Amino acid sequence: MAKGDPGVSSRGRRAAPRSKKGATGDPQLVQLLTPEGERIESATGPDGTEYRVDFTDEEYRGLYRDLVLVRKLDAEATALQRQGELGLWASLLGQEAAQVGSGRALRTQDMAFPTYREHGVLYCRGIDPIMPLGLFRGVDQGGWDPNEFKFNMYTIVIGAQTLHATGYAMGVHMDGKTGTEDGEAVIAYFGDGATSQGDVNEAFVWASVFNAPLVFFCQNNQYAISEPLERQTRVPLYQRAGGFGFPGVRVDGNDVLASYAVTRHALDNARLGQGPSLIEAYTYRMGAHTTSDDPTRYRIASEVEAWQAKDPIARMKAFLEKQQIADADFFAAVDEQARTESVHLRERVLAMPNPEPVTMFDHVYPNGSPELDEQRAQFTKYMESFEGSAH
Amino acid sequence: MATETLTLGKALNTGLRRALENDPKVVIMGEDVGKLGGVFRITDGLQKDFGDQRVIDTPLAESGIIGTAVGLAIRGFRPVCEIQFDGFVYPAYDQIVSQVAKMHYRSQGKVRIPMVIRIPFGGGIGAVEHHSESPEAYFAHTAGLKVVSCANPQDAYTMIQQAVASDDPIVFLEPKRRYWEKDPVELDGPLSGAYPLHSSRVVRPGTDATVLAYGPMVRTCLDAATAAAEDGRELEVIDLRSLSPLDLTAAYESVKRTGRCVVVHEAPGNLGLGSEIAARITEECFYSLESPVLRVTGFDTPYPASRVEEEYLPDLDRVLDAVDRTFGW
Repeated sequence: MAKGDPGVSSRGRRAAPRSKKGATGDPQLVQLLTPEGERIESATGPDGTEYRVDFTDEEYRGLYRDLVLVRKLDAEATALQRQGELGLWASLLGQEAAQVGSGRALRTQDMAFPTYREHGVLYCRGIDPIMPLGLFRGVDQGGWDPNEFKFNMYTIVIGAQTLHATGYAMGVHMDGKTGTEDGEAVIAYFGDGATSQGDVNEAFVWASVFNAPLVFFCQNNQYAISEPLERQTRVPLYQRAGGFGFPGVRVDGNDVLASYAVTRHALDNARLGQGPSLIEAYTYRMGAHTTSDDPTRYRIASEVEAWQAKDPIARMKAFLEKQQIADADFFAAVDEQARTESVHLRERVLAMPNPEPVTMFDHVYPNGSPELDEQRAQFTKYMESFEGSAH
Repeated sequence: MATETLTLGKALNTGLRRALENDPKVVIMGEDVGKLGGVFRITDGLQKDFGDQRVIDTPLAESGIIGTAVGLAIRGFRPVCEIQFDGFVYPAYDQIVSQVAKMHYRSQGKVRIPMVIRIPFGGGIGAVEHHSESPEAYFAHTAGLKVVSCANPQDAYTMIQQAVASDDPIVFLEPKRRYWEKDPVELDGPLSGAYPLHSSRVVRPGTDATVLAYGPMVRTCLDAATAAAEDGRELEVIDLRSLSPLDLTAAYESVKRTGRCVVVHEAPGNLGLGSEIAARITEECFYSLESPVLRVTGFDTPYPASRVEEEYLPDLDRVLDAVDRTFGW
């Protein structure tokens, strides 16, 4: 190779300027509400789409209430874990706007496939917020009915649910439930780390070639446990979509209005039969990945402070105050409701009974198994042998 | 009643056709299953007759085949996935053992994943590497999956339909070296009247020793029994059919009569199904046994180059040798 060829120059020369810049450089954000609480009338996406929302005052207040409640319930769960009442908790602190914005954009008929952090979306789907706490407390594995609430089980293996969402969306299409304004759409949640997984890339391929009515909703919270975004990608994540043949957009994930607007637009496109799209909600995980890690080991305080200034709730509150959509009494009432609900949640978590041990044999197979029936019988007999003893 | 002489491969094809006819929610998906009819032609002609929404040619991505089938199953479909060869199932392994197997359990019974994962397995066809493996123990070890294998055309025809109709997730192992073997197949018998999917079957009665096998080794063991009969030994051959759950009812009854047992499979012996079977028979039939339960298996090597696979695979001589040893104790 010729010396000085720009494509093959000596190692490091060309790589150096690219490092970091591509992944985390100036984000091309769709934003409808600034960190200071200033309302932006409309915003343009990379493909020229105009995003806007038109909420009533009551709807604005409703979104604010969602944000505050979800944060408070999440804080309560974190506290419960610290007190030994939960084995683990994956906090959504900082990601409330991405979750509430996208969650409220879903229609009743739409199906969601979450990770293990989508407590805010779960709340928007009308599921009792105690449900995920059973999983993290270890008394069950998530107790809601995915079909009733159109919100699937939490998925812990990273990215696996994006394929399930794709298959489900293919089924929606095969059932003839696309192509109309009241059609069905599907949303798959995942994080920035998941974009490195094979399953997520396979889901992109499949969704594209089958024109699946699916929205890939990536909450880029900047870290996969301790690994920063630079360890996952050298191009902005939303730009990945182009290579797979569908649109991608980066939204300010701390802006509940913009998160709502881009998700609603993408879902509408999907239900109309226009295929998949990728939303990168650019946000920040304010706490740990889960309660078992220590973020001070891998990120610096100034970075956290910079993101604190972009807080999703503070900016919504500033907007409501400036526009005189809500007054001090409203904010006090929301705080009081959040406090009441979190106290109630705590009481109910502490009262959650342990499952009967023999239930571990339930629901392994829809049609049962003779081998398992025998093990259950032996186990039952063994447990009964302790009756009347100290066990 | 219609009886036709079919190869095992054609019997599977006919069974899949019936499954597609009987339930509009059944979909077949995999690489090359459409126009090509699969590399072994097991899905031959099905896309032509049922369309590309029922018989779906997929991108080349095994995890994608299984993972999207999970989503289709949640949506209410009954996917039948083809994995092209045994050695290619591993990219889908996570989806199979962590998702397919566990969703019913994790959802406390609210979600069902009624899917079939068809895998042509085993050696003996002179293939290159990754095309001749026996991965059954990996799946049989995973709670939530059922694992079955057919050994003859009649079972191929019936069992594939039973598997598709079942709400259990099923790994369906097809003995690829037997795809071309023919037998008469009764086509019109009711599925519910046939042997249940999860039951073993005595395929040759005998009195002197019990031989247990499944899939491709059933034929080998039947040939061994024919040879043994010429020497005056009557071997009872049992086709296990279901590897998880294991149905050893007939095996226990048989070993208690014969006092001798040989388990035969192609997969490596170390921690293979033979180990589990030998342990259970020892527990259940200890006082009836005249000699230890012996295993005849593949070796604990990767599947070798095909020019030596005849030496790797259990054959008639190795089975007979093991039978001799059970008598020499």
